[in-house]
Parts: sequence; structure tokens; C-alpha cells
Amino acid sequence: MRYFSPLIAALLMLLSGLLIFTVLGKNPGIAFHAFFIEPINDFYGLGELIIKASPLMLIGVGLAIGFKANIWNIGAEGQLAMGAVFGGGIAIYFNESTSVFILPAMFAGGIIGGMFWASIPAFLKTRFNANEILVSLMLNYVAILILSLLVHGPWKDPHGYGFPQSVLFSESALLPVLIEGTRLHAGVIISFAAIGVGWIFLLKSFIGYQLQVSGLAINAAAYAGFNYKKMIWIGLLAGGLTSGIAGVSEIAGPIGQLLPSVSPGYGFAAIIVAYVGRLHPGGIFLSSLLMALLYLGGESGQMNLDLPSAVTGVFQGMLLFYLLAADFLINFRIRLKSNPSLKGINS
Amino acid sequence: MNPDTLINILVATIAAGTPLVYAALGELIVEKSGVLNLGVEGMMLVGAISGFITMAKTGSLLLAVSCGMLAGALMSLAFAVLTLTLMANQVASGLALTIFGTGLSAFMGIDYTSVALGGVSKVDIPVLSHIPILGRLVFSYDILVYFSLVLLVCVIWFLYKTRAGLILKAIGESPKSGHALGFSVIGIRYLAVLFGGAMAGLGGVYLSVAYTPMWVEGMVAGRGWVALALVVFATWRPARVLVGAYLFGGVTIAQFHIQGFGIEIPSQILSMLPYLATILVLVFISRDKNLIRLNSPASLGITFHPENN
Amino acid sequence: MKQNRLLKTVLFISVMAFIVTGFIPLSFAKDKLKVGFVYVSPIGDAGWTYQHDLGRIDLEKNLGDRVSTKFIESVPEGAEAERVIRDLAKSGHDLIFTTSFGYMNPTLKVAKLFPNTTFEHSTGYKQAKNVGTYMCRFYEGRYLTGIVAGKMTKSNQLGYVAAFPIPEVIRGINAFTLGAKSVNPAIQVKVIWVNSWFDPGKEREASEALIDQGVDVLTHHTDSTAPTMTAEEKGVYSIGYHSDMSKYGSNAHLTATTHVWDAYYTKVAQEVLDGAWKSTAVWGGIKDGMIKLAPINKKVPADVVALVEATTKSIADGSFHPFSGPVKKQDGTLVVAAGKQLTDDDLLGMNYYVEGVLGSMPK
Repeated sequence: MRYFSPLIAALLMLLSGLLIFTVLGKNPGIAFHAFFIEPINDFYGLGELIIKASPLMLIGVGLAIGFKANIWNIGAEGQLAMGAVFGGGIAIYFNESTSVFILPAMFAGGIIGGMFWASIPAFLKTRFNANEILVSLMLNYVAILILSLLVHGPWKDPHGYGFPQSVLFSESALLPVLIEGTRLHAGVIISFAAIGVGWIFLLKSFIGYQLQVSGLAINAAAYAGFNYKKMIWIGLLAGGLTSGIAGVSEIAGPIGQLLPSVSPGYGFAAIIVAYVGRLHPGGIFLSSLLMALLYLGGESGQMNLDLPSAVTGVFQGMLLFYLLAADFLINFRIRLKSNPSLKGINS
Repeated sequence: MNPDTLINILVATIAAGTPLVYAALGELIVEKSGVLNLGVEGMMLVGAISGFITMAKTGSLLLAVSCGMLAGALMSLAFAVLTLTLMANQVASGLALTIFGTGLSAFMGIDYTSVALGGVSKVDIPVLSHIPILGRLVFSYDILVYFSLVLLVCVIWFLYKTRAGLILKAIGESPKSGHALGFSVIGIRYLAVLFGGAMAGLGGVYLSVAYTPMWVEGMVAGRGWVALALVVFATWRPARVLVGAYLFGGVTIAQFHIQGFGIEIPSQILSMLPYLATILVLVFISRDKNLIRLNSPASLGITFHPENN
Repeated sequence: MKQNRLLKTVLFISVMAFIVTGFIPLSFAKDKLKVGFVYVSPIGDAGWTYQHDLGRIDLEKNLGDRVSTKFIESVPEGAEAERVIRDLAKSGHDLIFTTSFGYMNPTLKVAKLFPNTTFEHSTGYKQAKNVGTYMCRFYEGRYLTGIVAGKMTKSNQLGYVAAFPIPEVIRGINAFTLGAKSVNPAIQVKVIWVNSWFDPGKEREASEALIDQGVDVLTHHTDSTAPTMTAEEKGVYSIGYHSDMSKYGSNAHLTATTHVWDAYYTKVAQEVLDGAWKSTAVWGGIKDGMIKLAPINKKVPADVVALVEATTKSIADGSFHPFSGPVKKQDGTLVVAAGKQLTDDDLLGMNYYVEGVLGSMPK
């Protein structure tokens, strides 16, 4: 039953979508086609879908590890940016080199950057008991501003006519394209691998077990001797690690350089992806594809239906709303009667 | 720098801080009751476009403000139903609200992007507004600025001088105790959340109708997140919210003036300051377990299950 | 369990519906020239994109049923743009205009995959066999508006709300300053950088800061109408950019440097229809009809208007160049000697302020 709520939510979203299309005066069938089918009608489209889903599933898996244990990493967007900064810095510094080690070094940099940024809320929470939701949230903006500062200043392309962008990365700093005629890059493989690794980690390893128990019953976990501080570090660093990798995948993949903005909100969208995927790697894989389809559908809607670009956000928000509502139906039974324990107190 | 410039900076700062005052005071009440609503940005945007459309169509500030507040409250109602009745996770619900609100507001505002409104005139009090320095500094704002100050007084009075405020705080500290005493935790939280939504909507209306009387997709530009930070920065105390709002609002203003003087500080560093400051404050008040208990609502963000007690 | 069965049935039906609708094809008519436009901001920004869209509408009007146009707005620069451009090319658009500097690399990438499609990239500097670039000599208009500003200011302090310190923007600042100085040597220009092409809140705050510091004529190189509206509110003058912004500040708005893409778009489309298009780097100005001043406010005295008109003519017929010597940098060094002018290359890479601009450029 647990796995039905995402499907119910998706269904409700589709139905609402048809309603919205009708209200806007578009033929629902054609609109539906343009929004959901058209983007993935051909090989290139499928490739685009996977490229868009790739960072979402990667970050989503990392976040899910923390979410399972009630550790709320809202800072994925910033951790992605820091991963891009560290990895991009290597690419820029070694722009002349053609060494085969550049790409691995970039990814290592990305991991360090993302994990470093996630370690701040981890440290502040374990040492000072500071709420990780708020700290990681604030750090998002700090990270994005740092990226902006670098791209506007010291890392600006000297031959770029003053525009805020870094030099274009050299061939050895770019991810190779996997299939001709698409933009599928090797970063996608990493994302798929992350799903597999995440599955093993969460569902088959002892630490995964500890994380789950800590999330469900923290007192029981403490009684069993699970170290919650360790959980906090693991939960946050996992998100930082995957976000950092995602950051490097973006700049070494479709973008090819450092820009003031390297992510259209993947860090936040991944939170929704993790949730809709029920914090299960398999579910996350599917929900990332759905979210990616919503992004692409929004663009296709603009192109073919003259729908405004804002339509995507509406759909994504609705999807999560419906999911959260559907969860309720799964987890609880509705009983309509008054609370017996109140009788007699208020008189 | 002549005194005139200083006054201008202060006046601009107060205007810039006003939407933050509204949104943050609203969120403060919400958080005091134990609920964390991350959807402030989305609610402000929907409030902004609703107020804008109403103003454009009717020209009545009163109607525009009411519509904006209503819109914000309706958005927060969706959040309330999800988190209070359907007991969904507050963080995820709040984020969904932000994403949805951003998209919905852009949707609603499609036909209004090049419409220009006349703005809201500043009050002109017969004698007071014309006092040399004090007149400009204190007596020459538009009515929504003054209303925000009235709101501040009301919130302080509500929280610290009324029984209802006491109950609200008690529920935020320990919903189980409140429930055991017979108070409707869910009901009170509903009211708090709706109030927060209305205030966020009002903050949005101020932006789109008074501050820059035009509509632009995403014009709230992150102020909702700043408001969230502000509540923490102010350690959940209303008067500190006011000070913090003007501080945070003033950062950009100061940055431009500094540029105008020829001093070179990268704008990004200045923009970072509110967020870094908030983290520092958060660390400071959290490290001592007693200190944090004194300040932040103990049950913040934790879903309350009436049946599980 | 009955609930399960019901759910499973509903699910099955919806999946079926999904698949069935997948077979409804979207049909395209291939007899017209399909022209695509990629915009970086919404049309309603009353600025950069709005002017491009006016050009598009004019194109449709001029070529009637020989063309059909499509636009996508608010496309972020970078990786996203590549997909949008490619989609336009793939769906049969044979001529595509990409209207922002940041689309340069995506345009070139897609152009490689679609050698039979014509691409025109605005404000870029890289061409290819099927990619041409086009730009406006905005600075010509800036010089003219500088004349108006120099004459109308009383405080001799002029303000400039600017986006990013790229050569295009700096050229504008310098031309404006030179124009103002040519009629009023005492003026100074203060610049505030908002680091965004379009952010009404910041633009307003920057405008206020400038006005607070004594500026009484304001202009900008950003996309919204906020500077004009702020000037109107504070009772100072403003000079618009991209489009005629007088309706946002009828008292404040003196004139504006407007971009006129109409004739150019029609010309390019006609060339593509005739098969006569070649890749070029177009840099047109007043003489090509790409720059026009908005109607000048009645408050401006007739002799100033006459001077502006005369200067416009001399720029158009080539007898006068806004950057003719002597031109000095801020520190006094001579950049252009008397009797000479800056070359196009010098203009493209401009990265210094001229005398009269206050402050130093951000790194």
C-alpha cells in the first residue's frame, strides 16, 4: 500500500493538469500530449529526460539517507554549488593540461566541496545543537553568492568580454558524451551507480539499518547503542557528497564552464524527489524521471501550447501536495468522532 | 556625507524592511505555536500578485491589501490542512508551498507584467511631517509602514499580555501538555498558520503595490527566506524582528550608497551578511541547552499526533 | 482487498489513456518559413525582450503568410538554452534568433547539428557558416541622450544604474558621459552596479541611492522601468533604455534610447526566403535604423532638440563619431587624439571609464 501513494499523487496531478489545460482553453488531449509525450518522443528527448533526472536522483539518494534518520539537509543547492566551485576551480586552474586525471580530480574536488559545505551544519548541530534545517538553508545562499563572487571576479574569463563566466573547460575537463546525437554524458552513469550504492547502503547495510531505526524510534536507537551524532554526520555528508558530484556533473557536462548559476533549483527539487520516492532508491529513480518530465513538459508546453513558463512550478508543487495528502490516506485511518479524553475537562 | 543623505538612507531602509517585518512577524506567530512553515516566499508572491491585480482593477488600497492577505491565508490553509490535519511532514509541505506559490503567482501575473500602478502616497500630517529632520524621518511614510508598526505592538501585546498568547506559546513549547489540558492544539495552530499566511501576503502586497508598483515574476526575490532567517536571528522576539528587519533590509541600500561613494566592497559579500549573521545567532542561542529552551519553541517542526498521547 | 483492486483498475485505465494519447501526432505545416525567437526575459519586461518582440510582430506583419513565428521567453542562459534552441531547430524552424549574449555557446553547439538552419545571435562575437551575429550601436543613442542630460541637469550630477561591467555597458556609460560633456563640461556621472539585468527592487534602491547623492538626471542599462518610476516619484529626470518608458513617468522621462529590430528582422527573414543569407557580423546604428530616440519631452528647450537632431543626422551620415578625439581616460591619459576616432575593435574591448565618470570599475 505504501507504494501506491506516489501513484495516486501522480494521477491526481495529471487529472488536475487536464483541468488546468481545459480552463486555459487548450484541448486537454493535445495539451497532455505536448506536455507529457512530446518531450520524450524521440531518442534525443529521452536523453534529455535522463540528463535532467540524473542530478535529481543523485542528490535525492544522498538526501534520502539523511531524511530516513530525520536529519533534514535542506542545503543541497548550496552543496551542489560548492561542489561546482571546487571541481570547477580545478578545471580552470589546469585548463591547459590534457591529463587524463583532470576529470577524476574534478570529481574528487566536487566531493570535498560538497561534503565540506554539509559538514558545517553537521558540526553546528552536533556541537552546538543548532537546527540543521535553518543552518543548511542559510548556507545555500552563502554558497551561491560565493560562486557568483568568483565568477564575477577572480575566475572571470579574461577573454570573455567581461561577462560573468569562466573559461570554457578544455576537452579533458569535460564528460564524454555516451551516445551520439544526445547530450547523455558519463555523469549519468554515476547517478545510476548512486542508485545502486544507495540501495545497498540503505537497505542492506548495518549503518542503513541504524539510520532507519534512528528515524523511526530515536529512543529505541539510543537504547540499542546507536550513536546519533554519527548518524547526523553520515546523513548530512551523504547529501553533501552526492550534491557535490552532481555539481561537477553539471559543469563538466551540459554547461561546460562555471556560470553564476549552475543549477535551476535541483537541490530543492531533489527534496521533493526524495520524498515522492518514499526515501527508497528505486522510488527515487522513478520520481526523478517524473520530475524531469515535468521540467521538460513545461518547456514543451511553452513551445507548442503557448503555455507560460510558470506552469512547471505549478505542476511540481501540486505533485508534492498530492503526495503528502495521499500519504495520509496510507498511514492513517480516518475516524470521525470526537476525542473522548476531552470530555469532562472543559466543563 | 551630509545629514540629508543619512536621512535618505534611513528612510529607504525602513521602507525596504517593511515587507520583512510583515512576513517575519507572521512567521514568528506560526513558529511560536510550534509549526515551521517554509513556504513564506510562495505566500508572499501570491499575496503580491493578488494585491496587484486588485489594485489595478479597483484602485483601492484597502481592497488590494485585503485580497493579498486573503490569498496568503488561502495558501497557508493548504499547508495547514496538509501538516495539521493530514499530519504530513512540515518541511516538505513548506517547500511544496514555495514551489507551488512561485509558479502560481507567475501564472496569475502573466497579463500584468507591463502594467504600472501609481504607488501609494506618503502620509502628510499637517504640522508634524514638515518638521525639519524629524518630519521626514518619522512622519512621512506611506500608511502600510505605519501599519506594520501597529502590527508589531499588537503582536507584542498578544504574546506577552494576553491569555491567548500564553496558550499559544505553551502549545509551542509542549503540545502534549496543552492537549492534556484540553486546548485544541490543532485548532490553535490552524489560526496561527492562517495569520502567518495573511501577514506574508501583506508583505507581498507592500512590495508590489507600494515599494515597486509593478509586477514581475518572482519579485519577492528571496525576501521570504530572509524573513525565515530573521525570525531565528531575532530569537523569536517581536521587537528584535523589527530591528533585524531594518538591518537586513538596509544591507542592500547601504551597499548601493557605498558604491556611490566609490568604496569597493563586492556586492556578494554584503548580500551574504544577513545569512551569516543568522547562522551565528542560531549557534549562539543553541549551544546552551537552557538558552535555547528559553528562546525557540521546543516543538518547532515536530508533527503533533493527538491520538498518540 | 477491494481498495487494492479499485486502485489497480484505476491505475491500469490511466496508464492506457497515457499510452493512447501518445499516438496523437502533432502536425506541422511545412510551407511557410518558420522563425523562432529565444528570449532571456519575459516579453512584459518593457525593455530588451519587449523590443525584440516588437521586431518579431513587425516581421509577421511585413511578410504576412510567408512566415510563421514562435517565441519562447524566460529561457535561462546556459545549458537549458541549448535544449530550447535545439527543439526549435528540430521542430522545423529554419531561422532562429537567440537574443542574449549568454546563448552564444549553446547556439553554436546546436548550429553544428543543424547545418541547414540559419541562426542569428544577438550581441555575440562568434560566427559560423550558419550563425551570424548582430548588434546595435547603442552607444550612438547614448551619446545623444547624454546631450539632453547635460543640458537639463541643474546639479551637474548624472546617475547611471548599470547591470554588469561588460564592454557593451561601459561603452554606453562612456558615450553618455561624452555626450553630456560636449554641452556641459562640468557634469559628473555616478555609476551603481546592480549585478543583474532585471531586478526592479534593486534598480529602485540603486536609483534612490543615486538621487539621494544629488543626481537629477538618471539613466540605466538594466531591463525594468524601475529607474524611470523612481525618478518620477522623486521629481527628477530620467532617460529610458530599450524602449520608450514615458508612460511610466510622464514628468520625469526626457527621452530614451530605443532598439529597433523591425527592419533588421524582416530583412534577414527575406534573405533566408530568397536563399541569399550569408553569415555576417552586423553592427548597425542610427543609419541602419536600429537605434532611435524616443520622442523628446516637451520640457526640453527647442534649441537642445535641434542640436540633438543635427547630431543624429551627422552620426547617421558618418560625419560624426561619438568617440572622436580628444577622448581621455579617467586618469588623464589620451585614448583618442583630436581628429581620430576609436576603431570598432577598440570599442568592442572597451574596459575603462572616460573622464567625467566617478569611481572605479569593479574588477
